[in-house]
Amino acid sequence: MKKYISDWTVKENVCTHSCCLLKLRLDEEEQTIFPDFIPGQFVQVLVENSPSTFLRRPISVHFADKSKRELWLLIQAIGEGTRKLSELKPGEKLNLIYPLGRGFTVPKKNENIDLQINSDKKLLLIGGGVGVAPLFYLACCLLKSGYRPDFLFGARSKDHFFNIQAFEKIGKLYLTTEDGTCGEKGFVTQHSILKSTKYDFVYTCGPKPMMQAVAKYARQNDIPCEVSLENTMACGIGVCLCCVEKTKKGNSCVCTEGPVFNINQLLWQI
Amino acid sequence: MADLNSQIGKLNFKNPVITASGTFGYGIEYADFIDLSGLGGIVVKGTTLHPREGNDYPRMVETPSGMLNAVGLQNKGVDYFISDIYPNIKDMDTNVMVNVSGSTVEDYLACTEKINDLEKIPAIELNISCPNVKQGGMAFGTSSKSAAEVVKAVRKVYHKTLIVKLSPNVTDITEIARTVEAEGADAVSLINTLLGMAIDAEKRKPVLSTLTGGLSGPCVKPVALRMVYQTYKAIKIPIIGMGGISNQEDAIEFLLAGATAVQIGTYNFIDPTVSVKIVDGINEYLDRHGFQSVKELVGGLIS
Repeated sequence: MKKYISDWTVKENVCTHSCCLLKLRLDEEEQTIFPDFIPGQFVQVLVENSPSTFLRRPISVHFADKSKRELWLLIQAIGEGTRKLSELKPGEKLNLIYPLGRGFTVPKKNENIDLQINSDKKLLLIGGGVGVAPLFYLACCLLKSGYRPDFLFGARSKDHFFNIQAFEKIGKLYLTTEDGTCGEKGFVTQHSILKSTKYDFVYTCGPKPMMQAVAKYARQNDIPCEVSLENTMACGIGVCLCCVEKTKKGNSCVCTEGPVFNINQLLWQI
Repeated sequence: MADLNSQIGKLNFKNPVITASGTFGYGIEYADFIDLSGLGGIVVKGTTLHPREGNDYPRMVETPSGMLNAVGLQNKGVDYFISDIYPNIKDMDTNVMVNVSGSTVEDYLACTEKINDLEKIPAIELNISCPNVKQGGMAFGTSSKSAAEVVKAVRKVYHKTLIVKLSPNVTDITEIARTVEAEGADAVSLINTLLGMAIDAEKRKPVLSTLTGGLSGPCVKPVALRMVYQTYKAIKIPIIGMGGISNQEDAIEFLLAGATAVQIGTYNFIDPTVSVKIVDGINEYLDRHGFQSVKELVGGLIS
């Protein structure tokens, strides 16, 4: 997939106490093609005017709309770089390298021999914290293909969910919190829906311990499962070999071989 | 338009801007962003006789104006390079050079001999300065005796342009530079990364799996510039200067300090187009200052 580097214009930056939804537009005068982003792919964002931020920040695609030339990023301000991004104002420019990485598998409607999924089978998207970011675009693409996925999101407490209203419009939403302030108390893998419903495919993104617990559940129940990793990256294009994860093929770059992996590719001890 | 041609050993470069090993893959990874034929040269990823898996994750941590890495020469080995990579890069319209790494003199020799057979690889960069492998690498570049041993052996079998990449992790880099010059190197490139460390205070643990790693990026530039300047005073063979170059001013500073050419490394990660921007920037500088050739800049500090 051809990669591009260009400036995008901040159209809107909607911040809540927990995160910012950054809506970017690729100007027509940029003359660059708006690529067909695959859910799970990411962009490398250049953070300017932040002396302590040297490297670009890899941020996953929250939503992309080719007709409007819009790209949405969901950003949790955890460090200096992401804090700078959360402060961007409409009209400001942001330099991106895109689209990067391998995304989630979106089954084509009624042609799902390989994945053994069809539209009456059930898909579950499990997210933890800001890990829900790529799952929104994934859900939109699944919906386009004729699948209405369920969502299972976990957070520390009720104030730590990100943009969940948007997911509610697409499919059924199940929640867990560690303190029991919202949904069922506990971790996502303890939610009752996993016992009452047999899912056919699980996609997950969130903290690594959570994804490993989800992978374990999927393996025990013989459910195909894709996880999106976020190992620390420098280049994002497969040249520095810093973001490696151990796979059956050896050390694989998360930025080019992933960030999405089928759990069968990984050497996780689960 | 000034003349940007630069000469390293027997080899002509269309301009003095080369991309550094380990930061530019095999060049093809950057073909979407720039016209690779606009570069003076490309040094491909460090290549060893046998495949290497590299070090465990985490291998990288961001630091103020730079980064530490401890990749550990992950590569699929010279045979894979010859069968799977070389056919795709051999017709690039720029000097494609291979960074040759090893743990023993025998490994360096065997790897060099295989690269020597490749018609379209006009030079090697002998890496005696990788700080991230337990055996070899930097060990060869931090003592004159072992540096002499490996360069002498390689020089005997390799008759194309031989560049030796030096480690800054030494008391006196000029001593190593003089040694490799005496053993017949055509040029030296410097600096490789500076040995550094990062600690996670909350976890009370080192960040990198290897405890230490190599520091690169704009933060190392003053150190690199000083070493290029000192080395220029000490040897007669050309110097390829590198260390934290992120724009044309940086590149020109290295030329003025005595480098015949420069390499662009870590900054390729920040701006994949920076190398060709620097070519244009050097050209603009030469025109603005009325120089006919970039060669006039080399070691051109006004005293």
